[in-house]
Amino acid sequence: MSALVDLVARGTVVPRHSPWPRSLVDVEAWKEAIAALVAGDLTMLGLWGEVAAVHMALTQGSAVAILSLPCPEGVYPSVGRTHPPALRLERAIRDLYGLVPEGLPDTRPWLDHGNWEKSFPPGAGSATLEHLPYAFLPVEGESLHQIAVGPVHAGIIEPGHFRITANGETVVRLEQRLGYTHKGIEALMTGATLDKAAKLAGRVSGDSTVAYAWAFAMAVESAIQLQVPTRAIWLRALMAELERLANHLGDIGAICNDAAFTLLHAHFGGLRERVLRASDIAFGHRLMRDRVVPGGVSTELCPEGLAAIIAVVGEIRRQMPRLVETYENTASLQDRTVGTGVALPTLVQQYGAGGYIGRASGRSFDARRIFEYAPYERVVFEVPVLAEGDVDARVWIRIREVEQSLSLIDQILVQMPDGPLRAEIGSPNRASEGMAIVEGFRGDVLVWLRIGAGGSVERCHLRDPSWFQWPLVEAAAEGNIVADFPLCNKSFNCSYSGHDL
Amino acid sequence: MRRLLLDGIVRAPLTERPPLPGDAAIAELATALDRAAHRRLGRSLSIRTVDAGSCNGCELEINAISNVFYDIERFGIRFVASPRHADVLTVTGPVTRNMADALERTYIAMPDPKWVVAIGDCARDGGCFASSYAVLGGAHHVVPIDLHIPGCPPSPTEILKGLLALMDRVNEKPSERQHRPPENGGHGAANAPRA
Repeated sequence: MSALVDLVARGTVVPRHSPWPRSLVDVEAWKEAIAALVAGDLTMLGLWGEVAAVHMALTQGSAVAILSLPCPEGVYPSVGRTHPPALRLERAIRDLYGLVPEGLPDTRPWLDHGNWEKSFPPGAGSATLEHLPYAFLPVEGESLHQIAVGPVHAGIIEPGHFRITANGETVVRLEQRLGYTHKGIEALMTGATLDKAAKLAGRVSGDSTVAYAWAFAMAVESAIQLQVPTRAIWLRALMAELERLANHLGDIGAICNDAAFTLLHAHFGGLRERVLRASDIAFGHRLMRDRVVPGGVSTELCPEGLAAIIAVVGEIRRQMPRLVETYENTASLQDRTVGTGVALPTLVQQYGAGGYIGRASGRSFDARRIFEYAPYERVVFEVPVLAEGDVDARVWIRIREVEQSLSLIDQILVQMPDGPLRAEIGSPNRASEGMAIVEGFRGDVLVWLRIGAGGSVERCHLRDPSWFQWPLVEAAAEGNIVADFPLCNKSFNCSYSGHDL
Repeated sequence: MRRLLLDGIVRAPLTERPPLPGDAAIAELATALDRAAHRRLGRSLSIRTVDAGSCNGCELEINAISNVFYDIERFGIRFVASPRHADVLTVTGPVTRNMADALERTYIAMPDPKWVVAIGDCARDGGCFASSYAVLGGAHHVVPIDLHIPGCPPSPTEILKGLLALMDRVNEKPSERQHRPPENGGHGAANAPRA
């Protein structure tokens, strides 16, 4: 019996939770789960709280389960104490719900910067706690200097703070401080109608609006056991692959731009624009926001849209080879990307980092392949994996995934049947819970929710892939020169808004 | 790479001027923007953007106006890294409480005369995040807004159109809006006289 199945069996399985089990466990089982994480038998998919409980989503192979530990006293054994990937999640849980992780070595707040009008706002709430100035980790040694970057960055990107300690040109330590874009999305979700909550889900991270909307819709559909029309499922996949294409093309160009090679930035930026325009013609919105809704999709693909998508796929196929050749054969560019910002495979494995970050460092996890959610069990695609883990590898994974997405779009357009676009949701008459994992361009997006008897959201947690990727940027930057930090950071392209919620 | 560069010389640019049939709006806008920018500010207008808690959707589209199709720099409008170099501040997002201070400081750091453009539905009133404990609900709580460009997110064309509208305003009444306080009296010291 696998460790995960065993742990689930140790507790009480919660009824009406699908598709994976959720089990109420005691402290002993919780601690065993921590030990299994430390041993590398399990990988953490998420860790979140509510008023008097913490939940931990775990995976082993293709098995997934949630362990829930009730904590009426407001304390629970810290996972982050021995399993570092949980550190920031536990700091965030404490900021939001006031639950104290016993033994957590880092007691600094994470999302709460002392600017909210109360503490633990989505939880019980209380008067604002006193906030000490944020203490960055101490650094000691000869000839060190610090560079403070952000939250307002030089480029047009999201806000966050980076504290770089350098010895001459070499980065000795990078420390991130995030939380600047915290909007309180999970609190807004609580009590919201499914329609409103779906809109919020689509606005967690703007570049992944399709992935989030799909994950949210799929979690709802799992919870209420709703069958989605086949055509809608295929249209969702079409949108998801267009979103992946647009983001990967934009990223490849932007990475080259951060290595001061603007020629490819211009070309890839043009390709990205073409994808967005085709998406606009096909679905009426450049980013395809609010097009995936619980029960199906909100927009039909018109004939002009179909033609636009076919045209853009052809254009990318035509242009890609010589752009890739330019990337590969330009020594000054390769000099910047090869060997820069290495994310070690052991860390990637430990953190369960997904997306191109995981796959560039030997972790083949791709939710489309592992969980084979519809329609990905009906199409043929490869999951590219490399071992180098540097900026160059993350570029190559994106290049290969662009090729795969083009092939997937071909297959989707051929296989997509006619039919209705949306199933009626009705009004559920009893509470239920659902969970979904969708592979966005950046990695696996996890959504867990509980729908009340009235059909509104009681609690919804949205876990961005960036939670397990941001810490690796800190590790990867170490030992590189300061000037390569933007390059490293862009090759990870983690989400601030998705992480901060 | 040599072939790529040679092709670039031989081929017509992607930049959308002269207009393509059916795509006339962008070109029309481009001409008008060019004239207005030139009249008021010579050939340069510098923009500093601050993401005050957006979902990143607006940033994606602001970035897009620099791509080869829109190429905003041909009008002399460019994005700058420092608020010290900026004439215009564009703000996105519902203004999270955690970003209010940074937004205000960026505004204060800009030299006069200066204009503020709120981009996207969130920057107007907080959008769908308005009632949250973590957001102020619109850029006007912190800085005085001269123009709002609606959309979720607005398309690059709409952003260009908005900047054109701002140009017109800059040319009409340069003196009337120098010391206008934010609508609610200000989040802090954004409009206080500087030492």
